[in-house]
Amino acid sequence: MTKEELKIKLTEFFPTATIEESGEWVNINIAPAGFHPAVDVLRNKVELSFDYLFCLTCIDWKTHLTMVYHFESTTYRHQLVVKVQLDRNKPEIETVSHIWRTAEFHEREVYEMFGVNFLNHPDLRLLILPDGWEGKNPMRKDFEDPVNMIKL
Amino acid sequence: MYRETEIVKQPGTGEPDVFGDMVINIGPQHPSTHGVLHLVITLNGETIKKVEPHLGYIHRSIEKMCESLSFRQFIYVTSKMDYLSSHINNHACCMCVEKGMQIEVPPRAQVIRVLMDELTRLASHQLWWGAGAMDIGALTPFFHAFREREMINDIMEETCGTRLTMNYMVPGGVMTDIHPNFQNRVHAFIDHFKSKIDEYDELLTGNVIFENRMQGVGYLSKEDAISYGCTGPTARGSGVSCDIRKLYPYEVYSKLQFDEVLETGCDCYARYIVRMKEMRQSLSIVQQLIDNIPEGDIQAKTKAVLKLPKGEYYSRVETARGEFGVYIVSEGGTTPYRIKFRSPGFSNLSALDQMARGGKIGDLVAIMAMIDLVIPDIDR
Repeated sequence: MTKEELKIKLTEFFPTATIEESGEWVNINIAPAGFHPAVDVLRNKVELSFDYLFCLTCIDWKTHLTMVYHFESTTYRHQLVVKVQLDRNKPEIETVSHIWRTAEFHEREVYEMFGVNFLNHPDLRLLILPDGWEGKNPMRKDFEDPVNMIKL
Repeated sequence: MYRETEIVKQPGTGEPDVFGDMVINIGPQHPSTHGVLHLVITLNGETIKKVEPHLGYIHRSIEKMCESLSFRQFIYVTSKMDYLSSHINNHACCMCVEKGMQIEVPPRAQVIRVLMDELTRLASHQLWWGAGAMDIGALTPFFHAFREREMINDIMEETCGTRLTMNYMVPGGVMTDIHPNFQNRVHAFIDHFKSKIDEYDELLTGNVIFENRMQGVGYLSKEDAISYGCTGPTARGSGVSCDIRKLYPYEVYSKLQFDEVLETGCDCYARYIVRMKEMRQSLSIVQQLIDNIPEGDIQAKTKAVLKLPKGEYYSRVETARGEFGVYIVSEGGTTPYRIKFRSPGFSNLSALDQMARGGKIGDLVAIMAMIDLVIPDIDR
């Protein structure tokens, strides 16, 4: 599917979401409340069938957090970037690990690095950081650690 | 976290201790993990019930570090992630910066880059072959593999100055021109390795003991491979077409003759065969290019200080272990605002539990060897 066709299809399924083409691929901004039904559509609608989540990450914009999901369909070879804006003080979003199993590890990484709480995640624990790091989120922009310096 | 081996009793069953599940630790210092990976394994008898990786023993927070490095500097840090594919990591980062700056790489630099990538892939697969066989109990292949790998290291040392973390690629091309000896040395390597790769097959591939250790072990279905985000030979052994060089060709890959190796066995043996065939494909790519390096510049003209326009950039390349992605968010400054490395090993490792569950503890090392884990790549 070309980008234009994909955009038209997406507008059919998500009339309220904003669709843009800022980077290399089509971007779609979804509100956190509508995220859970939206990922179901992305995975299960035959015309879309985004079955491969190749990158899951988060960006700290100092005022809010943005979750970024990169999807690809191995059948049609089209890509989509899904962005969800979260409240920085209480970031919460539904997990996608029941649909894309790779998300289980990626979400645990985002959880410890950014402090995003993934609802209904099967095993939300620290993955990379040592025990006792809960509450401090190293990848946030305001994180300072004078002992273990990360900033060069 | 479990620190010691212990017996976990099912609550309320009233069974004696001997029928409980045993939790054992492998690593962080264990020879078969090839680094510092800690696995907590729940066993019932000899059957694996659960494998739980604990990461972070070599976490250096490269992503955070890159946020305070300029667009020229951060590339050198990425060599230390997947140190067996350091050229390819550098390549991905350079491509991402070039995408943002809209730099056109001269044809000579493109060919040199691809040559280096494929030589790195060969060296990486050779190490995997030797070390993987050693994990399973065959010690001889290790010495064979390192004999050939040494030749590639010598080639790299002559041109790039280093043997492992090369830091040879810069935005716009490559750092220096190839050494005058480069082509002769690569020719000598091709002639040598062409006969040796058949020897590899004779030594290991058809060996009955080896086949028994590999076939039917570590089953990963095609759907699971996609769902777990597996890439590289791990996914191609399950029949998933995921070679970025074929799907989204970069540099001169679109003009080259090579096949994407796909196997449908879904087990360790299929992953093994994929890598063995890939070595031949890489050798063929090197052969096609070595006499056809075009004359010209090795670097495009770039500004001393790079400022990526505001926006998001993503580049994907195929490393020896799978798809490596670089995601840069720029605010228009001299340093990246946010950078994310999508490392192939991280996703491949997440499928380890799926592959090992229900199997025997003795097969776990074989499964890990065929995923080809590189721990710094997973921890970043």
